[in-house]
Amino acid sequence: MDLNMNVNAPHSMGTTIIGVTYNGGVVLGADSRTSTGMYVANRASEKITQLTDNVYVCRSGSAADSQLVSDYVRYFLHQHTIQLGQPATVKVAANLIRLLSYNNKNMLQTGLIVGGWDKYEGGKIYGIPLGGTLVEQPFTIGGSGSSYLYGFFDQAWKEGMTKDEAEQLVVKAVSLAIARDGASGGVVRTVIINSEGVTRNFYPGDKLQLWHDELEPQNSLLDILNAPSPEPMNI
Amino acid sequence: MNFMASKQPENSLLGPEADSQRTLYPYVTGTSVVALKYKDGILMAADMGGSYGSTLRYKSVERMKPIGKHSLLGASGEISDFQEILHYLDELILYDNMWDDGNSLGPKEVHNYLTRVMYNRRNKFNPLWNSLVLGGVKNGQKYLGTVSMIGVNFEDNHVATGFGNHLARPILRQEWHENLSFEDGVRLLEKCMRVLLYRDRSAINKLQIAKITEEGMTISQPYSLKTYWEFSAFANPAQGAVGSW
Repeated sequence: MDLNMNVNAPHSMGTTIIGVTYNGGVVLGADSRTSTGMYVANRASEKITQLTDNVYVCRSGSAADSQLVSDYVRYFLHQHTIQLGQPATVKVAANLIRLLSYNNKNMLQTGLIVGGWDKYEGGKIYGIPLGGTLVEQPFTIGGSGSSYLYGFFDQAWKEGMTKDEAEQLVVKAVSLAIARDGASGGVVRTVIINSEGVTRNFYPGDKLQLWHDELEPQNSLLDILNAPSPEPMNI
Repeated sequence: MNFMASKQPENSLLGPEADSQRTLYPYVTGTSVVALKYKDGILMAADMGGSYGSTLRYKSVERMKPIGKHSLLGASGEISDFQEILHYLDELILYDNMWDDGNSLGPKEVHNYLTRVMYNRRNKFNPLWNSLVLGGVKNGQKYLGTVSMIGVNFEDNHVATGFGNHLARPILRQEWHENLSFEDGVRLLEKCMRVLLYRDRSAINKLQIAKITEEGMTISQPYSLKTYWEFSAFANPAQGAVGSW
């Protein structure tokens, strides 16, 4: 038994993060677990962070690194928006993230997914993994939980989904990853961004579908014991 | 090789490494690039994979890009460093255009520039983790060169990076000849790419072939190669010796 839990281990968001485009915008999704070694430091974290009114970023890896990178980019984008006189584009936000990630690659340990909507390109998703590579994709997954989702998305992803289909896909995927990845857990948060604006949704763990070998949650054993015994069969 | 080795969380022990910029290992990598000179110019092939350690993570990465009017750059290795090199070259070409003197940088000049960049970074122990292939045609002269992350550079009639060095170059040494037609050149490259697909774990079956001639450059649409599995020995390899492979 680990009596000397390393409570000074860096806060890391094991994480599952997802970004998906649909016809009209993007859906971003994430779990909510932040761990310090084996201890869950925060079971209801917000990993989808706002950069501007129309661009959000999903954070994974080191909590500190990802918070700082997104704080800097939010600051730069704020100034950029004032100078430009109109909302910043998703591409600019993603490239600012890339610059910080690439130029500090030796010190940072964070993988990010930038997603948003602008009037020029519509909904766009950009993945920026460790090292600072920038890749624009119709959908992307990240974080430790994403390992369990490559096969799922290869099969389940379709071009031209509706907003609801895309969100259901994201919720299902994060939920599946939570089921298998110890570093992911808690609630599923989604953020939908399109021309009309931004919608944040919240799916608590007990409202998610049950997967293999999972049982319906009960209040107490006592409720099960006191349940009426089944009727005898009539042969 | 474990590319995903975690960075030491004990930042206090990082010491000088935390301040100095030195690339220690690549994260998202591209595999082989193969290229050859043919009758009208240069043909180059590369698959569209971006591997993340042993995971074939990205499957639509363009690893060949046009540079200016006369050159074509293909890269293997760390994709973020390749993206940075493209930024440097954008600036180089921009300044070249700003002279507005009718002259433009040819493949030989671009190759020389890249060689200097790569070698200087290597001397500072902070390499751009790439192997580059630079091909082009200017004033009728065909040029094909390569530079590695440690600055080794040379030009030849056919070049390859990564696994391509071991698997493609022997094929090219046997079958390449002066004045290949476009069709023969493509078929020869495809032969090399097929072998790489069979034998390189980080290869994916989605590739592009780029062509550059005096007239200009084109990059083909992504496509996949057919593979052959019908050897009778493949169906039942352990027939003569149960338990063997």
